[in-house]
Order: sequence, then C-alpha cells, then structure tokens
Amino acid sequence: MKFLHNIISSVKPHFEKGGKLSRFWVVFDALETFTFTPGHVTKQGSHIRDGIDLKRTMSMVIIALVPALLFGTWNIGDQYFASIGTTDADMIAKLTVGAFKVIPLILVSYGVGLGIEFIFAGLRGHGINEGFLVSGMLIPLIMPMDVPLWMVAAAVAFAVIIGKEVFGGTGMNIVNVALTARAFLFFAYPKQMSGEIWIQDVANSKAGGLLVDGHTGATALGHLAGTVGEKIDEMGHVMSLFAESGMFSLHNCIIGTIPGSIGETSVIAIAIGAVILIATGIGSWRIMASFLVGGLVMGVLFNLMGMNAYMTLDPVHQVVIGGFMFGMVFMATDPVTAASTNTGKYIYGFLAGLLSIMIRVFNPAYPEGVMMAILFMNVMAPLIDHYVLQANINRRQKRLQNI
Amino acid sequence: MSLKKTIRKGVNIRLAGIPAKTVTDATKASCYSVQPPDFTGLTPKVIVKEGETVKAGTSLFYDKNQPSVHYSSPVAGIVSAIIRGAKRRVLSVEITPSGKELHKDFGVSDLKTSKRETLLAKILEGGMFPFFRQRPYDVVANPTDSPRSIHISGFDSSPLAATTSVALEGRMSDFQNGIDALSILSGAGGVHVGAECGDNTFAEVTGCTITEFYGPHPVGNVGVQIHHTLPVNKGEVVWTIGYQDVANLGAFLASGIYVPTRVVACGGSECAQPAHVKTLAGASIKSFINVPSTASNGDSVRIISGSVLTGDRVADKGFLGAYHTAVALLAEGSEPKFLLTSGWLGLGLSRFSLSKAYPTWLMPKTKTWDLDTNMGGEERAFVVSGEYEKVFPFDIYPVHLLKAIIVNDIDSMEKLGIYEVAPEDFALCEYGCTSKIEAQKIIREGLDSLRIELS
Repeated sequence: MKFLHNIISSVKPHFEKGGKLSRFWVVFDALETFTFTPGHVTKQGSHIRDGIDLKRTMSMVIIALVPALLFGTWNIGDQYFASIGTTDADMIAKLTVGAFKVIPLILVSYGVGLGIEFIFAGLRGHGINEGFLVSGMLIPLIMPMDVPLWMVAAAVAFAVIIGKEVFGGTGMNIVNVALTARAFLFFAYPKQMSGEIWIQDVANSKAGGLLVDGHTGATALGHLAGTVGEKIDEMGHVMSLFAESGMFSLHNCIIGTIPGSIGETSVIAIAIGAVILIATGIGSWRIMASFLVGGLVMGVLFNLMGMNAYMTLDPVHQVVIGGFMFGMVFMATDPVTAASTNTGKYIYGFLAGLLSIMIRVFNPAYPEGVMMAILFMNVMAPLIDHYVLQANINRRQKRLQNI
Repeated sequence: MSLKKTIRKGVNIRLAGIPAKTVTDATKASCYSVQPPDFTGLTPKVIVKEGETVKAGTSLFYDKNQPSVHYSSPVAGIVSAIIRGAKRRVLSVEITPSGKELHKDFGVSDLKTSKRETLLAKILEGGMFPFFRQRPYDVVANPTDSPRSIHISGFDSSPLAATTSVALEGRMSDFQNGIDALSILSGAGGVHVGAECGDNTFAEVTGCTITEFYGPHPVGNVGVQIHHTLPVNKGEVVWTIGYQDVANLGAFLASGIYVPTRVVACGGSECAQPAHVKTLAGASIKSFINVPSTASNGDSVRIISGSVLTGDRVADKGFLGAYHTAVALLAEGSEPKFLLTSGWLGLGLSRFSLSKAYPTWLMPKTKTWDLDTNMGGEERAFVVSGEYEKVFPFDIYPVHLLKAIIVNDIDSMEKLGIYEVAPEDFALCEYGCTSKIEAQKIIREGLDSLRIELS
C-alpha cells in the first residue's frame, strides 16, 4: 500500500495552507484519514494506545445494520408483489424492486448529510467526524419506503444542522440525529407521512383494481391505532389480523414480512445486529435489556387494564411490531444522547421502553411511540445522570461526616 | 493474618520484553542528573554553581516555597551543567562523578528514641524528603503537614514493571527500618502497605497494616489502594512513598549517608536483554541499557523512563526519572496504517485492545503484545460512554470528573472526587479511549488549578 500512500503524500501540498486547493482540505483530510490511520505518535501521557477509534466503532454499527438493510430491501419487493397478488416473484426481482427504493434514499441521506458536515468542518477548521456515517445509514432505514426524496433531503438537513451542528457536532448533540430527521418529517409533513406510503405503488394498484384484499398498505400500528376509543368487541376484524393466521401474526412480525419502515420490520435481522453490537461492546446491553423490560412491563400493565382492543394485545406481540425493536437496538443505544452512567442507562432504557408502548396506545395520533419516547428520554438523560452523580457525591460527603 | 481486597476493574497489558527476574549491578554511569520537572509542584532555587565539587548527599537546590526541602546529589563529583529551558526554568542539574565514594555524613539515627521533629529535620536535610508525595494533588509532600496516614504500594502492576521480591532482595532490614521511621512520621491513620496477592516479601514486616490486593492493573497504584482501604476525604492529607524509597530511607537513617538506590526493570519489545539492573536515581539511561539504533519495524526507538503508561519520553542522553523504577524501549509507530491491513477496518490481530471490536478478547491471556507508539486514530470529542469505568476501580465517575476539569468547574471537581486521584490512575482510561482524550494531562491540569485556587 506504499504506492497509494505515496500518491496521497504527493498531492498533499496542494491541499495544505497556501496550496491551490486548500479550501478542499477537509475533503482531502477525510479521504486521507479514511484510507490510512495517520502515523501520529503519542506525545504525552500513555506511550502506547489502543487501536480502537471512532472509525472502527462506527463501522461496527454499520455492519450491525446490514442484516436489517438487506431484509428491508427484500421486504419492499416482497410486500409489493404480495399486494398485487404475484406469488411467483423470485428473490432477485424482490431485491431489485427494493433496491430502486433504498439506494436513492441512502444516496440522498449521505449526500446531503455529509455535504453539510463537510461545510461545517471546513468552517470550523477541524477534520470531519465519523458520527454521520451511522446516522446517514439509520435515516433511510426508519423511512417509509415511498417517502419523496426531497423530503428526506430536507429532513436530513434539518437533523444535521439543528439536531447536531448547532450544538458543536459529533458528541455534543442532545437528541438522536436520525430520530430528529424522522420527527421532522412526522411533524412537518403529517399528511404525506401517513397513509399509503408503506407499500410500493399501493395507490396505483388500488386504482387499477390490482390490490389484493386486506393489503391496505397500513402498518400494524396504523391498524391498531384505529381501535382506540372503540368498543373491544367491535374490533374483532382488526384483532384478527394479529391472530395466528392474520397478516400481523407473531410469526410474520418476527420474520418481518409486514409493511413498515424499511429497516424496522424484521426482529430477526435486528437481533443479529443486536448480537453484533453487544458482542463488540459497542451497543450498551444495559440499555437494550432495560428497554425491552420496560416495553414488556407496559404491555402487561395494559393487558391488566384492558380498556380497548389495543391494550389487550399480547406484550410480546406489542414489542415486535412498529419500530420498538429497531429503536431499542440502534436508537436508544446511541452513546451520545443516552444516559452516560451505568446506573443511569438502566433507568433510561426502562423508561424509554415503557413510554414507547404507553405513547403508541394512549395517543393514536402518534402511532410511532418509540420515536417520541426515545427523543423524550434523550432530553431527560442528563437529568438521570445528574441524579446518579448526586448519589455518588452524597456517598462521598457521607463518608466525610462519618470520620 | 492480613486484610485482603479484590479489585475487579482494570486490565493487565502484557507487553513483549518482560524483564527477567535477575538483578545485575549497572556499570557506574558517566553522568547523573537531578531534574526539577520530575518533582511536581517544585519551584527550584539552585544553590550550586557549574564546576563546583559536590559530595553524594550535598544539596543541589531547594524548593522556593518550602525552603526546608532539599534535593541532593546522588553521587560525588562535579556539577557539569545546569540546564535551563524557557523562562530560565531549571530543567536539569547534571553531575559528572569523580569516581570517589565521598558521602556527606548526616549521622546515624536511633529510631527508638527519635522524636518526629528531629527525624523529619534529618530527612529534609538529607534530601530524602522529596520522595514523599501527597494526596490530594499528587505533588511532593509538604513537611509542615501532619499526614493522616502514609501509604506504600508494595508492587507495581503496570506493564513491564519491576518485581518487588527482586527489587527488595536483601534489603528487608532496611525496609523494616524505613517502616519504623514512617510510623513516627505518620498521624493516627498509621502506615499502610499494599502487597501483591501471593507475594511473601512483606510477610515479616511489622509496624504497619498490610493489605493484600488481588486484581489487574491499576491495582498496584497507591491511589487505588488508598481508595479501597482509607479513602481520602476533603481536607485530609496522606503521604505516599515508593517501596524502594522506604528501603532507601531505612538505609539512610541506619548509615547516615544518602544513596538513592534504584532497581530498575528494563524491558520492552526493543530491549535485547530485558532484566533488572541496580543503579542510582538520576543515572544516565544508556549506562545500564543498550539502545538499538533502529527498531525492529524500521522506525526509531523510543526510550521511556518509567512505566509505558505514565512515564516520560527521554532523549538519547536521557536520565532515569527521580521516582521511576522502570525503563522501556518501544518502537515508534510513525508509519501510516492502511485501513484494510493494519488500520481501522483490518482484523487487528496484532492490536491489544480493551474494546471487543478488536479480537484481543478472543486470544489467549498469555499472549504478549508488541505495541508501538502510534495513536491508533485521531482525537475526537467524547462519544462512547462506559469504557473508562471498566478500567477505573474507583467509586468516581471518571468522564464527568474530566469534563468538570475541562470547564474548570472547581466546585464540581471537588464533589466528583478529584482529591483521591492522580494522573496515573487515568492511564488505562487514556490507553483505551476511543476518542484519544489526553486524560492524564487533563487530570494534572485539574489538580494544578485546584491547588492554586485553594492555596
């Protein structure tokens, strides 16, 4: 790899201060440090250092996202062919249909996000940070497959500028960047973000009379939201969708062959990601575990209340629909916006899981309760840490008094 | 018989070139140096001139803020150079030995009848006092304080460290004598020695509380041991001293002459014959270790006085630091690493990592690692949480303390426990930091600003 490094070194002077291309230094630096870990040696403190850096940490998250991404791409095609009654479509056809949706989304997300990051890095005179590598992949995965690309571009721009850069960039943001993008779309374009966007061409299929009965293009949460405020015994037709033979049976929800945001449907694909994150220690198992417990506890409490059909849904079924699992593994565990103390992580995860289910059931206007719950707990995380630290401080002061 | 404590957090980094358990007497060095920057908190007033003849034990300089604390020459000879840096700060007082064994005689002390004042005065005059350090602040102790207790870590758990039983071989009577002196100096808290679990070196020592510590590095850091036996509270002062210096103190009181003996562990991947050597504090490093001109990876060789996690990088003509008991030779790592082979996307089989994102944790615990001085990435803001806590065995939140220091919030620093820590306690945090934060430097700055604020 010496020759590659020689090429980089030979063009480097053009990008340095005084060079012709010095305004593109950030781009050059990003590419240089991407291909070669710099030969910086330790100056003070510990003379030896760990090989772990933010690039490797972030790339592990990307690897963990790959199963969900691949399944989501396939599922777009699968849902499309199922909705028009084609049963003999093969995997290539399904992946192709999906790829035509997913790849533009990824390109727009990275293009807009990294473009803004480059501008800010250039203005501030520091190297580009790796944070957006993960956010840029998360954003397409939490989008409905039929979302217009210009909306995604607007959402990414909002999330990166208002969600992150105004606070100082990677490591400084208060709320999760990817969820900020999703929340932006949800509140800015509520009309476009609901209805027939979960299955490809569902509106056209309906107009052309191609749509198979039952494929309305609504998600599991969309169906369930309609049951709130209605009598339980009149909602049998909705709840039958969640029965063993229904479209949203536990089996289908775990495999992921249901309509939904691109990456969120398959519990199995997400679980593979969770195993990667926990094994590499990049994702906090404390948050994931307590998040799951929080969701299940709320599900059980709702079962006990049983005031509407939504509440009677089995707790296990509750946590495998919607974005609960995806939020638990990839969103709540964002180390920058989660609680930073180990004790705080349990509290943070538990409350976020609990609120996810609570919001989606109590307020059907916000079917995606996970998003609201995690954003809310992002804001509360410093408060949780504050009390955990205060307990530590009190312990120390008590020790002083006991002398 | 003794107390036992187990520390779970931390990690042992097994670097290649572990020193053999043999001691050889080093040849007499051609030059010695006493370096004021080694002693944190010292403002030196030099009282010798270049060309002046000194005996071993002659005071070279004293502390302007504590004029009773003298810093003495380790050998008899001629003051060959007084080296100053920016703003005429004294960096080094170098002595070329004359070859004669001329010692300034401070007289023998009988510890059975000694009073604290007379004993302390003799230690100050003889130049033994700078080896006492204090918590809080991790600086040279203040002789006007009466410490609550005195703590000695009986072992060094850092990579490539000296072995206690080797370093103290044949010196246990001196060590006992030193402990007796310390118990006169100490307050009600007494003298505490932390022994390595399974090490019998201190089995016969009396007059102190011995606690056996079991666990990975940083268990041998005296700060960790204090935290787990008698933690330092706000307003309290404890003194610490290295176990070799206890033996030196004992010998000084018994003989009346100043001999700062050092058994130094020489190791590291670039060290041809890793072993222990016996020399004096301040000896020129090349007098006892052969430094190859190029490292095995073709880069230059870094000479480190002290532990690889906390020590000082010294120049070619460098000297052994005042408190250091180890010297390591490591290869520099200034070659850029391609992402797929040895960079951030590579398998990383040769990288010792605290993170499970590298396969270190799947490899046998006995493997030794050949690490260079590469940073392994670029500096970033704090992103990952919970990684410092895994190697930080204190009931303190390390990242929050660092953040309080970065914003110079004195009140928060105090509350979050800065009095108990020293930079060395953060060395492993710094090693494993994803964001490459200079944690030890930040802690030092925090301690310094607190000390100025409260003095």
